[in-house]
Formats: sequence, structure tokens, C-alpha cells
Amino acid sequence: MTKVNPPIAMLAELTHRCPLSCPYCSNPLELARQETEIDTATWCDVFRQAADLGVLQLHLSGGEPASRRDLVPLVEAARDAGLYTNLITSGIGLTEKRLHALDEAGLDHVQLSLQGTDPAMADEIGGYRGGFARKMQAAQWIGEIGFPLTLNVVLHRRNLHQLPRAIEMAQEMGARRIEIATVQFHGWAIENRAALMPTKEQAREASRLVVEARARLKGELVIDYVPADYHEDLPKRCMGGWGSSGLNITPDGRVLPCHAAETIPHLTFDRVTERPLSEIWYEGSAFNAYRGTDWMQEPCRSCDRREIDFGGCRCQAMALLGDPAATDPVCVKSPHHGVLQESANSFAAQDDAPLVYRGFPETPSKARTS
Amino acid sequence: MRAGDIPVLPRGVRLHYDRVREAWVLLAPERAVTLDAIGHAILSEVDGQRSFGEITKMLADKYDAPSEQIAKDSAGFLAALRDRRFLDVAR
Repeated sequence: MTKVNPPIAMLAELTHRCPLSCPYCSNPLELARQETEIDTATWCDVFRQAADLGVLQLHLSGGEPASRRDLVPLVEAARDAGLYTNLITSGIGLTEKRLHALDEAGLDHVQLSLQGTDPAMADEIGGYRGGFARKMQAAQWIGEIGFPLTLNVVLHRRNLHQLPRAIEMAQEMGARRIEIATVQFHGWAIENRAALMPTKEQAREASRLVVEARARLKGELVIDYVPADYHEDLPKRCMGGWGSSGLNITPDGRVLPCHAAETIPHLTFDRVTERPLSEIWYEGSAFNAYRGTDWMQEPCRSCDRREIDFGGCRCQAMALLGDPAATDPVCVKSPHHGVLQESANSFAAQDDAPLVYRGFPETPSKARTS
Repeated sequence: MRAGDIPVLPRGVRLHYDRVREAWVLLAPERAVTLDAIGHAILSEVDGQRSFGEITKMLADKYDAPSEQIAKDSAGFLAALRDRRFLDVAR
């Protein structure tokens, strides 16, 4: 039996609504509609339950969390519960007045997403004209108020050459951290593997730039980096291990071990409106499905890295092999590793592949005008 | 870390008592660092006013330990926090 520790971090997807329609959005293909979103009081109760359960870090995310009208009272409730409260935002929808209100409510930290380092790239990837200018304005207000800031940039084949400029921008904005994440292929990104897959050379270059920048900026800018895992030989330690440290609440109140867990069809997810959070964490079937190592098959079961990377990502094994208990094919020990790397190279060679933007079912899914 | 340096926890970094795990932690942007008794003792004295020299002397008196040893241990601990941007230093 796996010993279950309390969770440290909770990702609250307050809404799937978002002014942007990034083609790599981690939200599911079937987005939750506004009318299904849980209300303010339910979220506040979830925050208190999370703190009682041992959660220390709360990430308010979406969609765009600023699309929730009750964002300020939600931050207030999270701080009252004793949670370290982080807002993950595109900056769109944050006025100066609203940022001051969030400051008064006790918001601890802001993580601002960057789709590109200039308007042409950022607005094309975000699918929202004028978005870059509004983001830069929000960044200025964030700096003036003095919120601790992390800049978060998703890299892919189209914008990877902008990495050096992104690092400079983080410094110009006064960010203490930058998260540099090569696109991970879940959610909408799966639909965009041909349009977004970096080449192996690009992936190497990104890693080289990160090593160089970490040394140069030590003590000034902290760099968190997620490499292009289709081009790697060892899988990521996804979620720090399934059900080991983090949980995710969807806009309609379902509790997931990770944001992509709904892609695993045999799992069922409890709702915060139907079961106490603590019971869901410790006893919920979805959380126990891939906890620890008992569920593993070969080559994971006998591998000496089984408690280092826990076999990689369950959702990726599902997406690529149709078996969520298989070894993540990113792993060099997976019999499917060679096929994965070939497919990565073949996706990366499709220069003219169009972007498929995220959207609710009735919005056209191809390049939309806004 | 020199004796005259004034360590300060920047905005967004704070001490927090984790009542579930019954331990002190340092909460920082997207991180939670579990503190041992020594780490907690050092950070409890960091108030943005007192210098590193004053803090180590105070800890040496309080715990009846050689102040050079305290200074050496604290400097390493604080430097590691500084590298992660969890601590600022004013001169």
C-alpha cells in the first residue's frame, strides 16, 4: 500500500472562458461552459477544505481567471484560508483598478503568460489582436504595484527563436522567475503537433540557451525549464508522481489528479459538491488509480528509476499508446520510443501545418478573427 | 554574506506554520520550503532592519554557540535562499 501524503499544491481552474485561444491550451477539448461553473461560495469552501487538507500553494488559473467577476473575493477567501495565492493570467481583463483590488485582497504572486515577444507573434498565437499591447500594459501595472512576478513562456517551433528576447523581457519586467516550458502535447496541443513540434535542433538550442542563461543570471532570475520531451530519452516526473503532491479542480468542480486526467476514459472523478475534498484525495478512485508503483507493468515495474519518474506521464501513455498504465514512450526503455522520436521529427518537418485554435464547439476551430 | 549586510524577505516570501505537517515552511512564488529548527530560528530574526552580524550574534547568545559557526551555517543557508530569489540583501 502506498503511503499517501497530503497535497501541497492545488490548481483551481476557475473558468474555461478566455479571451485568447492559444492552440496549445491545456484545457480539455470539451470546454466547460459558464453556466456549469461552480459558484463563489463553493470555491471559498473548497479553498478552506484544501488548506485543512494541507495544501499550501493555490494556483488560480483557467481559462483566464480574470474572466471570473468574483476573482477579488475569491483571492480574499483563499488568503483567509491561509493559502499562498498565485494568479496565472494572460493579463487580459486585468485593469489597473482590479489589480489594486487584488493587491488589497492579499494576492501573493502573479504569473503572466507570454505567447511571443512581439505583437505579430503573440497575437497570432493567442488568436487575439491587440492582446500583446494589453498584456504589456498589465505587466507595467503589476510592476508598479510590486507584485512578485513570474513570466511564463510556452515554446514551440514557431516562437522558439524568441527565447533570448523572452528572457530579456522577464528581466525588464522585474520578474524574479521565468518558466520556460516547451509545449507539452496534451489538450489542444495534441491537435497541433504538426504546427508546433519543435525540431530536434531547436530543442537542443533551447536547452543550451537555458544552461547559459542560468549561469549568467544566477541570483537575479530563476529559470524553470521544461524540455521538449518527445526529443528526450527520459520521461518527465509528471505531477511529481500521480496523486502525490497536487490536485486540480475543474470549473464545474470535478477533482482531477492532473489537468489532462479526463483523457483517461476508465477513470471517474468525484465532485467537490458531492464529497469532501479530503476523502476525494485519500480515497477517490481516480487518485488511487496510478499512485505509487503497484499499477506498473514492465519495463517500469523492475526499473530502478520507477520512483524517480513514476514511468512518466499517464495521460501521454494514454494519448500515444491507448494504455494509461504503459511506460511513457518518451522513455528510451519503451518499445515505442523509436516510433515516437520518428513521429516527432515528422511533425516538426510539416512547415505549412495550420494552427488549430481552441474554442467552444460553436466557434469555428480554424483561424478565427477577433 | 557580510556582517553589515541586511537580509530581508522580499514581498511574496513569508514564514508560515504548516498546521497539517506541524512544521514551519517558507512560502515563496510557487515553492514551499520546509524549514528545520535552525532555518526557522535564522529567518525569524530577519526583519529587514538588523544586519547579518547582529543576527548571528543574537543567535550565538541565544543558543550559547560559537558565533563563527553560526555565521558560517547561516551564511550558507541564506545564500542558497538568495540564489533562488527568496531573500534580498540591502547594504
